[in-house]
Formats: sequence, C-alpha cells, structure tokens
Amino acid sequence: MKDIDKWKQNADLENLTDDEKMILDEMGLSGSSRRKFLKQVSAASLSIWASSYFTSELFASNMKDLPDNPQVLLNEIKVNLRVNEMVKPLTLDSRMSLLDALRERLALTGTKKGCDHGQCGACTVIIDGKRNLSCLTLAATCEGKEITTVEGLVKNGEMHPMQKAFLKHDGFQCGYCTPGQICSSVALLEEAKNGEASYVTEDFKKIEQNLNLSEEEIRERMSGNICRCGAYNNIVQAFKEVHSGNDEMPTWEFATQEQMEKAKKA
Amino acid sequence: MRPFTYTSATNKEQALKATTKTSHYLAGGTNLIDLMKEDVERPDQLIDVNNLDYKKITRNDKGGLSLGAMLSNSETANHPDIRKQYPLLSMAMLSAATAQIRNMASNGGNLLQRTRCPYFFETSMPCNKRQPGSGCGALNGKNSLHAIFGYSDSCIATNPSDMCVALAALGATVEVEQPGGSSRMIEFTDFHRLPGDKPEKDTNLEEGELITAIHLTEPVFADHYYYLKIRERSSYAFALISVAAGLQLKSGTITKAGLAMGGVAHKPWKLYDSEEFLKGKKPNQSNFEQAAEIAMKDAKPFEANKWKVDMGKKAIVRALTQAFEREV
Repeated sequence: MKDIDKWKQNADLENLTDDEKMILDEMGLSGSSRRKFLKQVSAASLSIWASSYFTSELFASNMKDLPDNPQVLLNEIKVNLRVNEMVKPLTLDSRMSLLDALRERLALTGTKKGCDHGQCGACTVIIDGKRNLSCLTLAATCEGKEITTVEGLVKNGEMHPMQKAFLKHDGFQCGYCTPGQICSSVALLEEAKNGEASYVTEDFKKIEQNLNLSEEEIRERMSGNICRCGAYNNIVQAFKEVHSGNDEMPTWEFATQEQMEKAKKA
Repeated sequence: MRPFTYTSATNKEQALKATTKTSHYLAGGTNLIDLMKEDVERPDQLIDVNNLDYKKITRNDKGGLSLGAMLSNSETANHPDIRKQYPLLSMAMLSAATAQIRNMASNGGNLLQRTRCPYFFETSMPCNKRQPGSGCGALNGKNSLHAIFGYSDSCIATNPSDMCVALAALGATVEVEQPGGSSRMIEFTDFHRLPGDKPEKDTNLEEGELITAIHLTEPVFADHYYYLKIRERSSYAFALISVAAGLQLKSGTITKAGLAMGGVAHKPWKLYDSEEFLKGKKPNQSNFEQAAEIAMKDAKPFEANKWKVDMGKKAIVRALTQAFEREV
C-alpha cells in the first residue's frame, strides 16, 4: 500500500478524541461533519471542503471602496493602483509603501507587514507576474502595474490550488507569513516553467523549460520567505503538490487511539 | 522616513536635469528605501528612473555583452546569453538576496549598494561613512565581519555585492551619463574606491551621474567558473567571504584566470597577483594553494576577523578547484 493510502486510512478512524473534536470545531466544523471532513481530506479533494467553508466573502478579492479622503499629506502624488483586476485612484504621501497603501488605503490586509525592511518576505505580492516585496516598493512607482495580492488568487470564490495545498499540508502554524509564502510559491511555479536558474542549479549553461524542482531547489528559491514557526517542511510539501501535480504525502497525520492513550499517560 | 518629492523620469534628459546635490535616483529601491526608513539616507527628492529604456542585453564592440542598467538582476542572471557566455555572473547574481529582491534590484543599483556595516545602519553610533567626521565605530568595536584589505582609520567596512565580485573577475566597463549631456566610461575596477579619508564616497561617480550600461569583456570563462559564497546560513545572507573564479584552459594549461573576492574590502577585491601567477600554470592543488597564499600575503586583519585570512585561502582553493573540475 502506498504511504498516502495508509495516511488516508489512518485518517478515517472511527472514534474522535476530545482534542480532535475541539480542533475540528475551531476550524468551523461541527462534530457531525467530522466524517464528511475526513472523507473529503482522504479523498484529497480539498476544493469541495474548502469552497464550502471558506466563502468568497472571506477571501474577497474586491478591495473595499474606501473613500479617497487623504488627511494632511506631504508631497502628495496621485496614482491609479491596479490591484486584483480592480483599479483605484489614490492620493498618497510620496513616502507611502505599496504595502501600506494596500493595507491602510485599500483594506487589503491579507498582505502582511513583518519586518518592513525586506528581510522576511511576509509582504510578498506579485507585480506584473513577478514576486516583489511591497514594503520596499513605493506606491508612487506602481502606476500602470498589475498587482496581485493573496486575496486576488481566489477565483470565483474558489481558492488557488496553492492555497488548498497549504491547508492540506498544514503549511503554517501562526499563519502570519502565509500570504507571502503563498504569493511567493505561486510566482515560483511560473519561474520553474520558464526554466529560471537558482544558485544551487548544477549547470547554468543548460537551459530548459518546465523544471522539475528538487527539494533543495525549492528551499533555496523560497528562502526569501521566513517562517518563524518553522513550518518549512510542510510548506515545501505543499509547493511540491502543486508543482508536481501529484497527490503528495502530508507530513502530519491523525494520531491513532493508542498514541492518544500513550500521550495522555505521559 | 523624511519627506521627499517624487519625480518619475521618462527619458534620461529629464532624469539628469532633475538631479540636485540632495536628490537620489530611484531604481529597484531594495537598498535605498530601506536606508531611508532607517534614516541613514535622507534625500529630499527621488528621481524614479525605472521607466528609462536601459533594459536590454546587447552585443558590444569588445566581443562581449552589455547589460542595461535598468534591467533587473533576475532578468540579467537568467538571460540565456548571460547563462551561456557568463555563467559566473549568473551564479554570483543568483547567490544574492532572494527571488523577490532580485526581481526588484537593477544592475545599476547593484553597483551602488551601500555597506552592511552595522555602525553605518545604526544612527546612534559613530560612522564616518554616514556622518563624516563622527569616527569609525567598528575600528575599535565589533569588527569580526570587517575588511582585511585596503581599509583606513576612517572606515573598515566591506562592499556587500556578489554581482560586483563576479564583474571584477570577468572584467567590465561602466558607462555613465553626466548631467552636462556627455557620457563617460569607467573601468570596473576603478568604479568602486577604497575609503581613504573620504569613506562617505563608495564610488568614483560624480554628482548626478547616471549609470546606463555595464559592458562585459569577451567571455573567456564560460566553461570553468565558480562563485563560492560562504555565509552564516545557506541562503539569503550576505557573504562572510566570497570568491569568483574563472579559468581559461588550453591543452591542460591555464591561459587566463579571473579571480576576485567579496567580503574582504571596501570594494570588490580583484586578485591581480594570483591571476598573474596562475597564467601558464597547470590547474592543480599546489598551484591553487600558492595562488591563495599570494592573494592573502598583504592581508591586515584585526584580532576579531583573523579567521578571514584562513577561510579566504581555503575559499580560493575551493573555488578554483570547483571551477577547474566542472564538467564542460
């Protein structure tokens, strides 16, 4: 039996522990829907599960239409920000970063402010198809550019395959770096398709498309997104699932009854 | 961040005309915006040059390729012609920073990166580079990561660029436009300067000059190349020490060597004597070790960064060995 099938079988255990019940309830799933949840997880078709619990409202790609009523601005500039296929004319202080414009002026708070100095990657967004750091990008420089934030990855209320994979593989703990990790991963899919090299690429002269990235390659190429919880193994696994198109083995599994008993005694 | 006016230039004339003593050109911004947030850089005007048409890679009259100053680091490193003819440059550029930063950073901007000396970043500390005359905090402070070559009493900082180390090994010329309307060429090894008593000046650029292109010399290290970058973590960190090594071999003999180091001086440190020594020699361990000894003979480390001398020698031998052993 393949490991992934064993994992699914394990997930289909009959009895639910209190801890498990609590976790599933916190995820918005009542006890009675637990079997349904497991069935869907084990079918590895997170899309059905996800689209029913993560509604398009939660992942609104439409920016809020906040009035453009700037307070006192120094060196004001006008810029039309095109974000997630919507355009919004804004009047901004020349100092405003794209990150702050997204969060404070467009209420797109999916993009996170981590270090604000280009050291952590939490603010990663996709600009004209390329991953960029919104904290080091002045909003003033973004006229005419197509910006995609994590909110814009949802299409018709359905999550991007990378978002689903992060859920399936538990690619986070606190979740703060996750929007950046996901935007970065989505852009990396394209870089691999285009055959872009990295520092760990063996031979720079050998140029080919549709690269099949090794784990070492994925880790090097994702090094701009720091996860202080250390969910790296799961993030790599999530990326691999979408990158390879294969049903990848999650690094987590449901505890067996015996394991739970043992844990309680310990 | 202090207030500044923002101007977006659509052509070079506009950019050059707008420049003043206190303005800065804005390209990728990965270093400049950060330093402005830290209150280290304080321009009162930013002239955005991102829309200038210096984004191509073209053939030059020296038989090499020329890099547009506004092309991003990732586009440059991944350009098929650069990967085939100057893989050393691709390797060095891809060792730097992260995919996000390389997508933003420009070639011209890479040459103008400022030091990562912590005394330069910390405005409560003395730093002659940030505030001329205030002293050098690192000289008698924490200097385990500082220069071992070419420093002065006023500054012992190092240049942080990886791309520039490869450019020093490869040989290049920098083309700049001047506010007066003329242009000039600067030999790459003369582009950056040693601190002397003017550490506030990292380069020999004159006020208002705008980098438009980097012209590479004829590609001779396409087969035997290696960029070794030693750092405190395996990715996304500045080099403690780096070595760019290129070898041209004919019938088992070195006909030309390109060697430069990063993390050891105020500028990319080209190893002229080692390059000269290797010419006509066999590519073997003993010659590589002698080249490394020659490279380090004038090193003047501080107590805290003595390790750079030993590590430097080993790094040179390893980079040369990797370059030689690479399968063609």
